[in-house]
Amino acid sequence: MPIIKGLQIVFMLSFVLLTGCSSLGVEPWERDLLAKKEMALTSAPVDAALDDHIYFSKEASSGGRSFGGGGCGCN
Amino acid sequence: MQLKQTKPNLKALLTTASCALLGGTVQAETDESWQFDTAIMQYAEVDRVMATEAIIAGQKTFSNDQVLNLKLTIDALTGASPNGATAQPTPQTFTRPSGNGQYVVDAGETPLDDTFKDTRVQLTGQWTQPLWQDYTVSAGGNFSKEYDYMSASINGNIAKDFNKKNTTLSMGMAYAYDVIEPEGGIPKPFAAMVIGDSDDPSFEGEFNSTRISSDDSKSTIDLLFGITQVINRQMIVQLNYSYSTVSGYLTDPFKVLSLVNENGEAQEYLYEHRPDERTKHAFFGQTKYHFDSGILDASYRFMTDDWKIDSHTIDVRYLIPFENGHYIEPHIRLYTQSAAEFYQPFLEQANSLPEYASADYRIGELDTYTVGIKYGMPMGNGNKLAFRLEYYHQTPKSNGTQAIGALKDVELYEQVDAIIAQVTYSF
Repeated sequence: MPIIKGLQIVFMLSFVLLTGCSSLGVEPWERDLLAKKEMALTSAPVDAALDDHIYFSKEASSGGRSFGGGGCGCN
Repeated sequence: MQLKQTKPNLKALLTTASCALLGGTVQAETDESWQFDTAIMQYAEVDRVMATEAIIAGQKTFSNDQVLNLKLTIDALTGASPNGATAQPTPQTFTRPSGNGQYVVDAGETPLDDTFKDTRVQLTGQWTQPLWQDYTVSAGGNFSKEYDYMSASINGNIAKDFNKKNTTLSMGMAYAYDVIEPEGGIPKPFAAMVIGDSDDPSFEGEFNSTRISSDDSKSTIDLLFGITQVINRQMIVQLNYSYSTVSGYLTDPFKVLSLVNENGEAQEYLYEHRPDERTKHAFFGQTKYHFDSGILDASYRFMTDDWKIDSHTIDVRYLIPFENGHYIEPHIRLYTQSAAEFYQPFLEQANSLPEYASADYRIGELDTYTVGIKYGMPMGNGNKLAFRLEYYHQTPKSNGTQAIGALKDVELYEQVDAIIAQVTYSF
């Protein structure tokens, strides 16, 4: 089952990041750059929503960043 | 001393309207915590579809970091879309999907059905709040309606922070239910398009004999598992795995395939038929890196599904700020996909009919790229204005099917060019 395989990969990565890489990261007072709005993973949600709609309608893939969801995409 | 009269602004009006909708009262303290993003976008393909989409999205942050997001999207679509049939050395006549009337396509032209016209209204709501220590939960819903289509969905998410909030694990689930009710009804798979005089008394009976029902539906379940890791002061990384399974009516009722003889000449047009289930897996990775000169946003997605479509997507943006608060952000996106196993550019009379077939180039082998640029500027009072202009190019490719006879002399894989133009105003 590919879903089991996929979950295994995610859990393994999570485990590695949670244990081996717990030295990664910053102290709370070092978040000056990360706290900027432009550093958010989805810094322009409206652009992302419009792009998702275009590419969902014009290509055979959707989702990844967030839910693929329903929709027609007929044209 | 004179009191200065201030004009009611759009933000105040929208805040009042939103509060009225939510049954709340308008209070001076809460007025400032609504943030609105508005955008109007135009997507225009050369000689084909044109779509205009307007969005207004509001975000209100309450005390205790509770966040409410509401979004209204309206879009209008007009223009011509490929009907799936191949070009021919002679003109071709097709019946409109509704059964009312016909259209003629010139010799050598990719057949386009120019009757597409639709308006869609979509409402989205999402509530996000902290829960216990280090947990964040979120729940939302979405409803969209257009003339022949309805989609409704709900979702729920939970996230937990670790390591001084440097690591976040999240999982989410969504369920969507869609109903399609195309004008003219749902065609019978592989039924031949009836082409004749729609005013003829026998036409209606013949047309109706190619229909199985007036509407059909599909349901989608999405699961999303993600991990976000702060690497250092400049860098953050996200990895997601998503699983999506959809069952129900996945065929495009407007698409046909050309059934050709040994000379490649179209004899009939058969309505396409896709499997009624599809399961997708997507692996998505993204990083943002804060350089001294700007911010890099790079992502990669690999998707694979049981229709045998594999796709790779690379998306890179680089935000370059200027001292006066203006910025530019160049963007490039590269996409490639393999064909669905049942994709065929045409059907041959010499062969028996397959179980499933579609000539929709969007599930064929396809490469696309997008290049664009965004230009943004502050407008005072924390308001922002931005312009985005992008060029999108599609190169459909052969999945290895050999063209026969007359099909060797026509373009089976026509390229598509589109322009995306957008204005965004945030206040």
